[in-house]
Amino acid sequence: MGMQFNNVFKSAVLALTIIGLAACSSTSDTEEMAPVAQTAGESDAARAARLEQERLERERQEQQRREQAALNTTVFYFDFDVAEFQPADRETLIVHARNLAANPNRRVRLEGHADERGTREYNLALGERRANNIRDFLIVNGASRGQLETVSYGEERPAVNGQTENAYRQNRRVEVQPAG
Amino acid sequence: MKKSSLMMFVLVLVFSLRLSAAELNIEITRGVDNPIPVAVVPFAWDGANLLDEDIAQIISSNLEQVGEFRALSRANMLSLPSEEREVHYRDWRILAQQYLVVGKISQVPGGQMVQVQWEFFDINRERKVLGEVLTGSMTQLRDIAHEISDVVYQEITGRRGAFSTKIMYVSAEGPIGSTVFKLHYADYDGRRAQILLESREPIMSPAWSPDGGQIAYVSFETDLPRIYIQDLSTGQRRQVTNFPGINSSPVWSPDGSKLAMVLSKDGSPDIYVLDLGTNELRQLTDHPRAETEPAWTLDSRSVIFTSDRTGQPQIYKVDATGGLPERLTFDCFYCAKAQFLPDGVNLVHVRRETRQDNSYGIAILNVQTSRVIKLTETALDESPSVAPNGSMIMFGTTAGGKGVLDAVSIDGRVKFRLPSVQGDVREPSWSPYLN
Repeated sequence: MGMQFNNVFKSAVLALTIIGLAACSSTSDTEEMAPVAQTAGESDAARAARLEQERLERERQEQQRREQAALNTTVFYFDFDVAEFQPADRETLIVHARNLAANPNRRVRLEGHADERGTREYNLALGERRANNIRDFLIVNGASRGQLETVSYGEERPAVNGQTENAYRQNRRVEVQPAG
Repeated sequence: MKKSSLMMFVLVLVFSLRLSAAELNIEITRGVDNPIPVAVVPFAWDGANLLDEDIAQIISSNLEQVGEFRALSRANMLSLPSEEREVHYRDWRILAQQYLVVGKISQVPGGQMVQVQWEFFDINRERKVLGEVLTGSMTQLRDIAHEISDVVYQEITGRRGAFSTKIMYVSAEGPIGSTVFKLHYADYDGRRAQILLESREPIMSPAWSPDGGQIAYVSFETDLPRIYIQDLSTGQRRQVTNFPGINSSPVWSPDGSKLAMVLSKDGSPDIYVLDLGTNELRQLTDHPRAETEPAWTLDSRSVIFTSDRTGQPQIYKVDATGGLPERLTFDCFYCAKAQFLPDGVNLVHVRRETRQDNSYGIAILNVQTSRVIKLTETALDESPSVAPNGSMIMFGTTAGGKGVLDAVSIDGRVKFRLPSVQGDVREPSWSPYLN
């Protein structure tokens, strides 16, 4: 089930990416290439270059904003009794991995947690498996083993008190913390 | 600002006043149908000042707490004998009592010592069953009361009493982000609680050495879960493990020579046994899924544990020298944290029947007949710990949004709760016999 869902998701991401690329190239064709070819004035060319530069700058800023948002996302949530992180978190985690790869001195601590249902020691194991899965994904995507430390708190450090589904959902998590 | 901090101070003060007065109290939520009637007459006292403890009241409470007895109210007593020559059987037969306990306390001249002379009568047979004299200090009155309770319990039921035993448990107090964790040591009924350890980081899995002299537990005080052993008489403690990953679930073998534990140093949690004499570490399980919650068989030759190697947690048994594990549970969605009763046949465990029922209860599996008895039907029961006489199981559960300790008799008929006024309590661990 999990694998199938994962594959479906991968295909969806791929499809979206292709559509996105196609959209990008078509806009640049119509907006920039055509007018530049027809007008010969130097001021027009300079204007086009400036616009292009501004567009690139905006894209760069947007990319940076998205990356910062991803890096600011430091808590990843899990389904009940499941150790695999949610597919929607892949892109965010890839940004984390690339950031770690680009900053070899940066170290993080991955803290795994479980909700309170089930036995304490089993939940300690579950929390570790969650943290390890995120650690392994970060390594595959560029982080190095030495930058990552994992610890499980099981159900001992809930984020939220209470016996509601909502509290449980917030407690099943891995937190990315700066490490010394 | 000022007002709110003042209010906070008052709240804390009221809270701690209540705490010192109440500690933990036992309430019987469901008793047996036909309890044995016992009269415990207030013990006579020849001293001038009032005694700190009411021995007769403690004995009555003890007997009522296990549910098999009903203690006669003092207001209904027709006479208050304190020794054999004052006992008139007719007074007690009229009140339909089966057993009678009387006693008197006298000061030993020139000190803080007292002498407690007590006697125990069978009303139907009109005879004294036994009598003895105990000596102790003023601060040992509760111990003396528990000792008398143990003897009375054994005389009536034929089984050894566990009233002189202790428990440990963990509490978590304070809001998220500034929680304080404490390891407590108390009488079996939660009274005379003392703090063994206090930390800003979690404390887990308290366990007793078989002689009751040492304890082991998991502390996150270094920011990582590590196993410690602490001597109860000296307070000295030492860190036993420092492996990467999980170091948890320490459990002494019944012969005291080994400590079973969980280590995930090789990638996933597995069961290991540390020989406390030679310091040799032996790996019992080697599986990429989680193996945890070890407990010993009574002969110290096998270890039972929880594993989710088939997808969901189930209970397995493996030879203490290693080898292929044998699966013990099959018909539950979630079976975990098992421990054998003193009979070596019945396995106490945490059980969730199906994925749909979503409730974790305490159950007993007879490994010979495969019969399962569910003892509790609350939703979040965990950490069962068995009294050394096998009569009761104490466990952690949740009530009113916080952790509480409950106990249930082996037949599931008697239940009592140790309500806590100080935050969440969890992970009770019942001591072995200490005398």
